[in-house]
Amino acid sequence: MSFFTSLLNATPGAVAQGLVWGIMALGVYLTYRIMHIADLTVDGSIATGGAVCVMLIRAGINPIVAMLVTLAVGALAGLITALLHTKCGIPDILAGILTQLSLYSINLRIMGGKANQTVSVDKYNLLISQRYVRAMNLTNPIPLLLLLIVITIAAMYWFFGTEKGCSIRATGTNPNMARAQGINTKNDIIIGLMISNALVAFSGGLLAQYQGASDINMGRGAIVIGLAAVVIGEGVLKKISGNFALRLLGVVIGAIIYYLVLQITLQLGLNTNDLKLISAMIVAAFLAVPYWTKKNAKGGKNA
Amino acid sequence: MLSIRNISKTFNPGTVNEKKALDNLSLELKEGDFVTVIGGNGAGKSTLLNAIAGVYPVDKGKIFADRIDVTRLPEFKRASFLGRVFQDPMMGTSPDMLIEENLALAARRGQRRTLKWGITEVERENYREMLKRLNLGLEDRLSTKVGLLSGGQRQALTLLMAVIKKPKVLLLDEHTAALDPKTAAKVLEISDQVVNENRLTTMMVTHNMRDAIAHGNRLIMMNAGRIVVDVSGEEKKNLTVKDLMDMFSSASGSDEANDVLLLSGKNA
Ligand SMILES: Nc1ncnc2c1ncn2[C@@H]1O[C@H](COP(=O)(O)OP(=O)(O)O)[C@@H](O)[C@H]1O
Ligand SMILES: [Mg+2]
Repeated sequence: MSFFTSLLNATPGAVAQGLVWGIMALGVYLTYRIMHIADLTVDGSIATGGAVCVMLIRAGINPIVAMLVTLAVGALAGLITALLHTKCGIPDILAGILTQLSLYSINLRIMGGKANQTVSVDKYNLLISQRYVRAMNLTNPIPLLLLLIVITIAAMYWFFGTEKGCSIRATGTNPNMARAQGINTKNDIIIGLMISNALVAFSGGLLAQYQGASDINMGRGAIVIGLAAVVIGEGVLKKISGNFALRLLGVVIGAIIYYLVLQITLQLGLNTNDLKLISAMIVAAFLAVPYWTKKNAKGGKNA
Repeated sequence: MLSIRNISKTFNPGTVNEKKALDNLSLELKEGDFVTVIGGNGAGKSTLLNAIAGVYPVDKGKIFADRIDVTRLPEFKRASFLGRVFQDPMMGTSPDMLIEENLALAARRGQRRTLKWGITEVERENYREMLKRLNLGLEDRLSTKVGLLSGGQRQALTLLMAVIKKPKVLLLDEHTAALDPKTAAKVLEISDQVVNENRLTTMMVTHNMRDAIAHGNRLIMMNAGRIVVDVSGEEKKNLTVKDLMDMFSSASGSDEANDVLLLSGKNA
């Protein structure tokens, strides 16, 4: 098979994966860009979402209900990090790492002590599955994922336009000003981290269904993928960045581009063991290029 | 209106960096008082304002606003009766948010933040009116990001945000010090205007002795965490910069401090 036909074959999968991770990336956008917190809880909470979703579905629970539960457990994970940070004075990054680490043990317990639990689309009525990613009917996961993305973006667009949402944005950009304007910044950080991790765990639940399994390591490096989506989306959409909803859409597009680039590098002969290295390099590149161009622009002005 | 009774604040107690910033300080402000605050670097002026605002707890003493004990109230709760403008123009506004969003944030100070969406046209009209009176052309730029404004424009906006809810006390901490002289004069003029219009009880820290004399009805001078000079009424009106410098050197007993004050008085 030629390079292009195999890439074309891989595209629907990359798009679906990008959409699943896109929801996760929206959660990362919330913490990283709106709250200005690098929340490392996500590596754990995405796997928690996967574990909870798979175990509930295996126990005979309706997948839709299972997905609603992933939202709740994700919010709980975010709450733990937020409390460690706001009530115990632990720096945000460390608070996230502590939660992430403890979630590893908790996720193992959720999965009955196993590192991996399958949930086959043959046996259960899953919402989405990788198997149908090229199907030309409604079993295809992409329409539902698109719908979920639209709902998530609409909900975020609405929320951050409300009084509460504006207060969270102020807390993120200037906590001093926020407090001077009577905003309980600690409360806002708690709410922000809960919403973010709810989205991340939800995405983990979708990912587990899509792959037909949850894995204790499925969240490893997730924050990097989330950041990749954020920075790629911003890089690509720089010119039309004005509108908040468009910026959120950009994050999802960033996630899709990320998976397409990943597919290309795989087609070029790199193997899956190199994935993490490639991921890190993509993020580093997308963060470094704007920095360099800015520096050059400055240098040019001075010269 | 504001009653400060015997407050003390020591930073880094028990370490080599121990610093007594407020030393058993008491101050009574009557409703409508406009007090200018001067003193050398490190005299404790900012610490006093921060203690009133609740940025950190005091070690000892009590603070009353309108006879209510607020000593143990967290910063965000005290904000409901305070307005604040800081020295750093970056500090009082959110750069990523629009002018109207910043004003709306301030307009909801002391209220519960609900899930109500957006800003009404009535509010917008109100903001436009207020901005117009600043004479900075900001009334047509409600949906401009504050990060794009100049330092002076940001300070003027912060000032509006500080007074939009008619606070019991307005705290201005060298809020013109980071601006060029022309802009500083303009922001000071706006400050006078909003204080007078709203009859606000105000404390204004300044490095500039001429400004300290020209504004307000009362002047206090701080040194080493204490109030060393407190003049008001006719006596204050008749003060000269030289009087102030003499008072300062006799209070602090230091010529070096005198130089500091003199220099900064000339610069600002
Ligand atoms: N947050 C802080 N931590 C430690 N020391 C501080 C802090 N804030 C102020 N100080 C010290 O307290 C003293 C008074 O400071 P400040 O109130 O800022 O003075 P002023 O505003 O009159 O110049 C200074 O010696 C300063 O270094
Ligand atoms: Mg100061």
